[in-house]
Amino acid sequence: MARRIAITSPISVAGEAAPQVAVRGPGWDGRFTVLILFLPPALLLFTLFVVLPIGEAAWYSGFNWNGFGRPTNWIGFDNYRFVLETRAFWLALRNNGLIIAVSLAIQLPLALTLALMLAEKFRGAVALRMLFFMPYILAEIATGLIFSFVYDGDYGLVASIWRSFGAEPPYLLASTDTAMLAVLIVIVWKYFGFHMMLFIAALQSLDKSLVEAARIDGATRSQALRHVVIPLLYPTIRLSVFFAIVGSLQLFDLVMPLTRGGPADSSNTMVSFLYNNGISRMRVGYGSAIGVILFAICVTFAFTYKRWFMRDE
Amino acid sequence: MNNAETARAPFDPAMLFKAAFLGIVAIFVLVPLLATVLGGFKSLGELRINPFGLPQHWEWQNYADILFSARYWQLLRNSLIISTLTVTLTLIVASMAAFTFAHVRFFGSSMLLSYLTLGLLFPAATAVLPLFIKVRDLGLLDTYFGVALPQVAFSLAMSVLLLRRFFKDIPYELLEAALVDGCSYVKFFRYVTLPLSRPILATVGTITFVNSWNAYLLPLVMLNTDALYPWPLGIMVYQGEYSSEWHLILAFITLTILPTIILFLLAQKHIVAGLTAGAVKG
Repeated sequence: MARRIAITSPISVAGEAAPQVAVRGPGWDGRFTVLILFLPPALLLFTLFVVLPIGEAAWYSGFNWNGFGRPTNWIGFDNYRFVLETRAFWLALRNNGLIIAVSLAIQLPLALTLALMLAEKFRGAVALRMLFFMPYILAEIATGLIFSFVYDGDYGLVASIWRSFGAEPPYLLASTDTAMLAVLIVIVWKYFGFHMMLFIAALQSLDKSLVEAARIDGATRSQALRHVVIPLLYPTIRLSVFFAIVGSLQLFDLVMPLTRGGPADSSNTMVSFLYNNGISRMRVGYGSAIGVILFAICVTFAFTYKRWFMRDE
Repeated sequence: MNNAETARAPFDPAMLFKAAFLGIVAIFVLVPLLATVLGGFKSLGELRINPFGLPQHWEWQNYADILFSARYWQLLRNSLIISTLTVTLTLIVASMAAFTFAHVRFFGSSMLLSYLTLGLLFPAATAVLPLFIKVRDLGLLDTYFGVALPQVAFSLAMSVLLLRRFFKDIPYELLEAALVDGCSYVKFFRYVTLPLSRPILATVGTITFVNSWNAYLLPLVMLNTDALYPWPLGIMVYQGEYSSEWHLILAFITLTILPTIILFLLAQKHIVAGLTAGAVKG
């Protein structure tokens, strides 16, 4: 193949034609090879393991099926009705909402404040950045286990603090009132560093002359911050919000070691609800219906968000 | 931790506030981690009365027992096999696809690229049941490939986008000149594109590795045999067995997150670049 190109190429590229034209001559054989060799593996894997399963989820969701043999017991939209009638589903949805709310109200301001502090150069800034980013790279399973120790009513850190005040230590993860709150704290602990890094990256690529100009024009530090820096960060803020919401919709690993979604479904997320009710019991139809609903939420959200907030990017 | 900041301008109240704030956050992050590492050095009795401080009596036995157990190394080995498979396949498959999208104009190219990027829109969990049935029907259930192949498929979208952006920046004249000199596209990819793209390959490889190394849901669904479990599954089993012997569990956690932390310290540039890469352009 290569040899044949070698022969044809000098002829067709002889003229100083536009690049596309130039490539068409020598390239067609080569391009064809690339197309049939290089593209199919990716497309095949992606189609087989990502796209088809989504389509199949839609199909399976119409059956009452335990996954063995072929699905035969067609029940139409009943699975969706069952999902929507499950209290735990709405609890999971509420919890995902709570995660998003905490991400926006606590995590984002925290990450932004830290980024503004640590984007400047001073001794220790880089070390602190790395320290704050570290929870993000820890496995969610490990993080969950570490915090199930922190919260443990017998041996945990929280218990020890309570005891030092002479109080009876609570079992935070075992109570429907506090389990979700405890999970939310872990989420902030684990993810604020990631958002901080997003902001630091943005701040470092920011045009500093704009801030200087504002300062020369008499703006105070906080005015420059409010009216120049923050507006320049809007694209990154929108991106951070996007990641927070998408992240909340797929949160699972962290919940399992902490609470497994309990007690009494009080700390389920959408995915842990899907796991507990569909996967672990092999209720394929029901679980697929949850998957399709989750898929619909993700895609609707992604498209609307992109359309409304990220048009310019 | 915050000596450095306070030392610089000790009497400026704003600086003091900043140092205090950073100090509090640093404590918030560090205390659970330190308590975990130190907890592994304590006896269960001591852990109960002194979960925060340094151990009065260092119990090296907890760590030694795990380090000399076949189980720990088997978990790490399984994780390493699955992650290596995932990273290798992702890099090969994604870089080939990215090269095609970057350098070959053909009908439907942008459509196919958008098709691949659909993968960014939803998590693997949404279709995990049909995925399980697919992997079962392919006979890959309870194998390393049954975990690795879906992981590759789900990491393709991001990887192709990142690689393609980098490949596109390789000067077009270089490709043109190479073609004129009789080099084929395939050879150009092998001998020019890939060597020039080491930084982005390292970045994509590192993100894929970290994601695969930490993954829980896919291995949980696809693997049944304990002997094949990667460490996140193994540590959950371990915790189930030693449910309240926290000193052992803490030592086990420490030893399993150690590789991640070492990798992080060695490759922090690539990790930070890779994990925040979506920020440059969504």
